[in-house]
Amino acid sequence: MPGVVRGTGLTMDIEIDLVVDGTTHSLSVDTRTTLLDALRERLQVISPKKGCDHGQCGTCTVLLDGRRHLTCLALAVAHDGAEVVTAAGLGSDGLHPVQRSFLTHDGYQCGYCTPGQVCSAVGMLDEVAQGHPSHVTEDLTAEVDLDDAEIRERMSGNLCRCGAYPGILAAVREAARG
Amino acid sequence: MTEQRTRGIAPRSIGTSLDRVDGPEKVTGLAAYAVEHGADEGVSAPLSVWLVTSTIAKGRVSRVDPSRALAHPGVTAVLDHTNAPRLEQTDNGELAILQDDRVGFRGQVVALVLAETSEAAREGAALVEVSYEPEPHEAELREDNATYKPDKVNPAMETDTDEGDVDAALASAPVLVEQTYRTPYEHNNPLEPHATVAWWAEHEGREVLSMFDSTQGVHGVVQALAPMLGLEPDQVRVRAPYVGGGFGSKGEAHAHVMATVLAAQTTGGRPVRLAVTRQQMFSLTGYRTATISHMRLGAGADGRLTAIEHAVQEQTSVVREFAEQTASPTRMLYAAPHRRTSHRLARLDVAVPSWMRAPGEMPGMFAHEVAMDELAVACGLDPIVLRERNEPDLDPETGKPFNDRRLVECLRRGAERFGWADRPPEPRARLDGDWWIGTGVASATYPAMKQPGNTARVTSLEGGRYEVAIGSVDIGTGARTVLTQIAADALDVAPTDVELAIADSLLPSASVAGGSSGTSSWGSAIVAAAQLFRADHGAVPAPGLHTTASAADDPASEAYAFHSFGAVFAEARVNRWTGEVRVPRLHGVYSVGRVINPRTARSQLVGGLVMGLSAALFEESHRDPRFGHVVTQDLATYHVASHADVLDVDAEWLEESDEAFTPMGSRGIGEIGIVGTAAAVANATFHATGTRVRSLPLTADHFLE
Amino acid sequence: MRALDYRRPESAQEAVELVSSHPGARYLAGGSNLVDHLKLGVAAPDVLVDVSRLPLDDVEEVEGEDGAVLRIGANVRNSDLAAHPVVRSRFPVVARATLAGASGQIRNQATTAGNLLQRTRCVYFQDVTTACNKRKPGTGCSALGGYARYNAILGASAHCVTTHPSDLAVGLAAVDATVVVLGVEGERRIRLEDLHRLPGDRPEADTTLAASDLITAVELPMVDTDTRSTYAKVRDRASFAFALVSVAATLRMEGDRVGEVRIAWGGVAHKPWRARRAEAALTGGGIEEDAVRAAVDEELATATTDDGTAYKVAMVRNTTTMTLLRLAGEVRR
Repeated sequence: MPGVVRGTGLTMDIEIDLVVDGTTHSLSVDTRTTLLDALRERLQVISPKKGCDHGQCGTCTVLLDGRRHLTCLALAVAHDGAEVVTAAGLGSDGLHPVQRSFLTHDGYQCGYCTPGQVCSAVGMLDEVAQGHPSHVTEDLTAEVDLDDAEIRERMSGNLCRCGAYPGILAAVREAARG
Repeated sequence: MTEQRTRGIAPRSIGTSLDRVDGPEKVTGLAAYAVEHGADEGVSAPLSVWLVTSTIAKGRVSRVDPSRALAHPGVTAVLDHTNAPRLEQTDNGELAILQDDRVGFRGQVVALVLAETSEAAREGAALVEVSYEPEPHEAELREDNATYKPDKVNPAMETDTDEGDVDAALASAPVLVEQTYRTPYEHNNPLEPHATVAWWAEHEGREVLSMFDSTQGVHGVVQALAPMLGLEPDQVRVRAPYVGGGFGSKGEAHAHVMATVLAAQTTGGRPVRLAVTRQQMFSLTGYRTATISHMRLGAGADGRLTAIEHAVQEQTSVVREFAEQTASPTRMLYAAPHRRTSHRLARLDVAVPSWMRAPGEMPGMFAHEVAMDELAVACGLDPIVLRERNEPDLDPETGKPFNDRRLVECLRRGAERFGWADRPPEPRARLDGDWWIGTGVASATYPAMKQPGNTARVTSLEGGRYEVAIGSVDIGTGARTVLTQIAADALDVAPTDVELAIADSLLPSASVAGGSSGTSSWGSAIVAAAQLFRADHGAVPAPGLHTTASAADDPASEAYAFHSFGAVFAEARVNRWTGEVRVPRLHGVYSVGRVINPRTARSQLVGGLVMGLSAALFEESHRDPRFGHVVTQDLATYHVASHADVLDVDAEWLEESDEAFTPMGSRGIGEIGIVGTAAAVANATFHATGTRVRSLPLTADHFLE
Repeated sequence: MRALDYRRPESAQEAVELVSSHPGARYLAGGSNLVDHLKLGVAAPDVLVDVSRLPLDDVEEVEGEDGAVLRIGANVRNSDLAAHPVVRSRFPVVARATLAGASGQIRNQATTAGNLLQRTRCVYFQDVTTACNKRKPGTGCSALGGYARYNAILGASAHCVTTHPSDLAVGLAAVDATVVVLGVEGERRIRLEDLHRLPGDRPEADTTLAASDLITAVELPMVDTDTRSTYAKVRDRASFAFALVSVAATLRMEGDRVGEVRIAWGGVAHKPWRARRAEAALTGGGIEEDAVRAAVDEELATATTDDGTAYKVAMVRNTTTMTLLRLAGEVRR
């Protein structure tokens, strides 16, 4: 039978490596284990939160191999060798500037969506730097002008039930201006 | 413990935007929520629990076959009504799970699967085979079945009120508004799903149950569970250091908490953890009932109300009664000599309704404030003028004077700020490109409440510092920060000299973070303890002294009706092609007593406005009466506002201090932001388009031409 | 979700062989829909064949049989597709349809092929406690007489009334895209319009593909530079929601007459609905409001609605009119 056989019919456990916030972990996961559960339940990395487990809220967002990515809809086994940066690992020396802006503008209340919002904002600003357009970009061929409508649209994959959106917007706006 | 009369405190830290004391933990994600605690806190190698829920709405469980589940690698046990631990008390039909074979609603817990991993637990739950004897069920709220009159409505109000001769007044009223308004089922949907960790141990010969729970009140969980488990309250410890939102749905323990506790009873002391899935939250963790409000407003040609009638139809569950107080704000908001309110329920075979932000006021004020807008149109009056003309001198409900009723000031201040004067009186008057533009206003009100049963402890530490302890919970409101400020001012020290201990039922008793009562209730206890501490131990106490106290009731306050007020202004744009609604501006002005921390208060009020906007435009749980459960049971089909929906939303407040209510001068701010907001948006869409929509949400299909 | 094996083949050919030899095998690419379904119990494969690392991630202009095409590898992420300079400049309808879908995070995860093969979001399909012919053939359709807001108004059957959720597929239908498929018999090409099917009495089959067929690329015939295109999506909130109705359109005017117009609708049928009758009615005429409305109504002559879906007729008519007027420059955006 062709193919790289990663599991066996009897045990569902597979060894994978993940680099999480700069630390390499070798861990055993079930083929069914999501990246989110691998982080939270196997590695006790609690920064990415589980809000819906179905890709509908954004609380589990991390930077996965450099891009913002949900971890609830990713199987850990498919991301063997991946590099994960969570909100806990963003700042090289204390808090990341985006995180400081969230504090300044009270861009959170309960805090549960916050790590995902922060990672999403960092990843989003990188996408803007690379010139990615969005749904609200008027001219698809022009350089992106990151106005408030652009920030809101690009952050819309991260729900906040406390309704801290105005504070998050102000925080991201400030962080974008450096 | 002593009851202490409190004195007003001089605001020093109060009134400043102290940084949230838990901010860094939250923005890094290191704050540990219910199921995120590790071995260092006693949660060592927890088993995962998964709920098996009923697929019929009414009937009996005839058989639970766990064999396939138990054969699945990693599954350690399956509990059902035949083998689950027995409870001492079973009168709370929501919490008394797995005690018999009855099924009272679709989505009820009928079995639990325990497993070494969450993957195995989930699959195990799918493999449990449950057989039923179904019975016919009723799961649809209709006008013809909502006829049951409850003994009271929440929390302990009269079901009906009737003053004067409403029918005669309506019959002779020169202007009559008679309409029916509807609000849908809504789910709180905090972003942290309800979750519990529990483990049993023996301590000095007694059983001790330890829990981390995502709850709005640790003591409330103890009080609900202990008697059912046959335990004394001091045998149960509940902690909730971080809670990812609640909005009422974590105000009481729901079935999953008991599920976790029962599962933990079977593991020989090993902790178990349970996180409810987002889908299960639509059946198990509470929701707001749908409401039907039959409004009749009678008025003179000048808009002065002569009669107000608000007849509510809504729903409760057979399993447990919950009667939303939807007409309660109608009883006190405007003057009218003839007034009548009533609540009638359909008792349905559905999940148990529960608290959701501003229960009663939110759906009730949608009806009342849209009806007022219709009355303004009928009288040819500006909606603000109409409301000014119906200001009561005394609280229409109790006959007492209002302590501080500043509704009109809120309306006027908001009008000025919003540019209301420029508003064309006629609807459908402004088209900007593809968008009809309109503005709307609504009043807001919420009762100022303090809960009994709050105690705080002040302990002197080394170096002029103090520990201030009370078992309150910060569900995101900023309680941890504002209680620090209150304690600092009450002790006349800097906030950095206060070590606040909260969120643990071992601490002095605290009431629930709900009803906009938390800060008032807990803060008053803290002030009482601090003032008594100073009286007993002076300004420079030795370390290790402590005082525990509660705030004594102030008999003078009985003379007043205490309410907060506000005015909400909305601009709506409605696309002339697609019918889509956008709300570019949503502003609230509030009278809420003294604001303790402007930064966190703004977030509370804005958060309420955003939730109101979300309810106005999007939120609706579709219960399929054929099955009995909500089929829009996730965040892709139950829409809450996203970033892109929230444009210019802001709140401000009148400078004031209400020391007749609390020694801090504050009244509570958690709910009022959502009250009236949906009505303001609905009124704005009418003004934009000329189309009057009397049901929520205001989806695009209502406005298609 | 069931215990499952995980394989990561080295080539597309190997992948096809693996899946064709295992009845319970499924391809795994971005996973944003499949992992969702594993958890819900909607999908229960024995083996996952991970194709996400296969080198199918280029976007390039190549010479096809009928002229130049833009060839988009099956694994190109939605975000990269929408950001590609040629897609942005020449196929705005494809870029905009892609950007209208899901969220930034999901677009970083979801692949081009996976997006096309995502399954309906019908609430009953996703709820394994209710009957659904698509999930479990022969059990019945709970959406009939149930929650209908997102149901189809065109081409539905007594067995299934749901809609296809992809925005990208609608955009691709409007540019006459072709799907490149590798099967056990080798490579073949299928018009995008023929990829998805109407439910008929086999709603379990979303597409005309066999289980072991692997989409390796999507090809877009290069368009004239004077063709304008766009995508309009109407949804229940401003972002991160599936379409109530969407319209993909391309328009090439010859003077004040329509040279070529292509219209595809989302949210109305089990597949992207190419409105060919409306196109024919409009071709050669002018783009005026009344003409577009009449053309749309011709297309909607066979529409069937109920209380839950009746709004879609006006919504499609208005949104199509708005979109074409904008494209024709009659209406400022």
